[in-house]
Amino acid sequence: MSTVTSSSPTDTQTAGVDRPVAAEAIAAVLAPAARPPRPGALSTSLTFGWRAILKIKHVPEQLFDVTAFPIIMTLMFTYLFGGALAGSTREYLQFLLPGIMVTSVVMITMYTGIGVNTDIEKGVFDRFRTLPIWRPSALVGAIFGDVLRYVLAATTIMIVGLVLGFRPAGGVLGVLAGVGLLVVFSFAFSWIWTMFGLFLRSEKSVMGVSMLVLFPLTFLSNVFVQPETMPGWLQAFVEVNPITHLVAAVRALMAGAPDGFEITWVLVASAVIVAVFGTLTMRLYNRK
Amino acid sequence: MTDHRSELAIETSGLIKAFGKVRAVDGIDLRVPAGAVYGVLGPNGAGKTTVVRMLATLLRPDGGQARVFGHDVVAEADAVRSQVSLTGQYASVDEDLTGQENLILLGRLLGHRKPAARARADQLLTAFGLTDAAGRQVKKYSGGMRRRIDIAASILNTPRLLFLDEPTTGLDPRSRNQVWDIVRTVVAHGTTVLLTTQYLDEADQLASRIAVIDAGRVIAEGTPGELKSSVGAGTVHLRLRDASQRPAAEKVLAATLDAAVLLDADPVALTARVGGHGTDSGAVVQASRTLAELAQAGIEVSEFSLGQPSLDEVFLALTDRSTGQSAGASVQEALG
Repeated sequence: MSTVTSSSPTDTQTAGVDRPVAAEAIAAVLAPAARPPRPGALSTSLTFGWRAILKIKHVPEQLFDVTAFPIIMTLMFTYLFGGALAGSTREYLQFLLPGIMVTSVVMITMYTGIGVNTDIEKGVFDRFRTLPIWRPSALVGAIFGDVLRYVLAATTIMIVGLVLGFRPAGGVLGVLAGVGLLVVFSFAFSWIWTMFGLFLRSEKSVMGVSMLVLFPLTFLSNVFVQPETMPGWLQAFVEVNPITHLVAAVRALMAGAPDGFEITWVLVASAVIVAVFGTLTMRLYNRK
Repeated sequence: MTDHRSELAIETSGLIKAFGKVRAVDGIDLRVPAGAVYGVLGPNGAGKTTVVRMLATLLRPDGGQARVFGHDVVAEADAVRSQVSLTGQYASVDEDLTGQENLILLGRLLGHRKPAARARADQLLTAFGLTDAAGRQVKKYSGGMRRRIDIAASILNTPRLLFLDEPTTGLDPRSRNQVWDIVRTVVAHGTTVLLTTQYLDEADQLASRIAVIDAGRVIAEGTPGELKSSVGAGTVHLRLRDASQRPAAEKVLAATLDAAVLLDADPVALTARVGGHGTDSGAVVQASRTLAELAQAGIEVSEFSLGQPSLDEVFLALTDRSTGQSAGASVQEALG
């Protein structure tokens, strides 16, 4: 038997039964009220910070790196070097703790780059970048979320330190000021990683570059030993290493003897890093 | 007002975007009237998404100009952004967040205060049938639900121009119909929609005008009817009972339809385009006459169908023409 069928596009219109979407319902929600005024830069940045917190809420395991890693670092170096370098671990801890706190938190900043690198590839960034908002707010917000992680890491280390016998002469205020300065510097330092996160093509390469920068920067400093014991050429590097100045400033704050010069050095360095790497990051972000 | 009717939502001239040495978009001129669905039709890699990304201020053109409601997409990007929304090929929502969190986040970014953003989110979730899934992460949504949350996000502040980049690719028929219904509703409300698709059927269902794009160029533009008639009114597909009768059937088809006949891989199947001079009903008359002729010649037909030209056919015919290669006889005839 032969059949003649003329396929017409209207066939498909009759397919839907029990549709959960009713045209009237959608018509009713189209443009109900006047548009709200355009939000400010701080408001949108904080909203993106809220997004970062929501992500932590959905995957709390991601806090592992800001809790377990700092604990391991503190225990490892206290007991590894304590006896050899300062005679006793307890004595060494008084010297090491501010430094190991700086090392751990600064190392954690590299996750900002990895986060940006994977996040930016997602479709949602297309939406963010078509919104009429202050352009850097998505990245500033992401770093706000990371700042929370830095505070958490610093707190973890301080608790471990206090348990092991760290007794800061600067008291609560000195410790808070030290952590505050560290967080300010880390916020600035994160912009280096956002740049690499946008610039490099894969998560792995971001990780590779981060390690290449972070290991020399944190170890070739005054974190573990006094620079006076090093050869002259190395001392020269240690002297210009911003980590050295940060550690000196944080140590002094926690010891109750704030060093105005080092604090200023760190704040100026932070401002310069944001100005340079923030600008580079935004150039890359706008082109991506 | 006549002024309003003639308003253009999108106007581009000589738009170019190159990635390395490849020109993904190679001089595209578009004039998209406001208030309707404009379809951009083409295969993968034709440059559809690149055009959308330039118009949505995500990519900087390497050459040419593009204006959205009169605003230049480069110089006045912010003004463009306040009028458009984008639903990308891949979900333009945060898959790690719940549907409700996504809409609240977006509401806040668009300037709503927290209670208003929450109220608006709930309103949209209800309208899009997502109330039950409101508290679930979007990555756990089905394809159809993802599309709906995506479009809901796009109309949170109802835009004047909505970009839908292949909104139904990979959806089942029911979800596709839902998306179509949503698009019709949004357009009825006055929003202009620029829709990219690989499916002629979809463009046909929704668009009042279509631009066919291939290799970064517009190779045809017009209403769906104009495009289809430009490549012939339809296609006849024929299956015979006996493969040995195929040469005879081919002769009958060639004679009655006056068109090139394709022999399919299946030894009992043939395909031929129906001449493009008539209307659709003319094609039906031609087809039934063909059937009568076949019966008279004693050729046993097991299946006979007359369909509209598929995208493949429209597309192949158009690309043949645009590259200057010799096209099928019926296409030449249709053009003549």
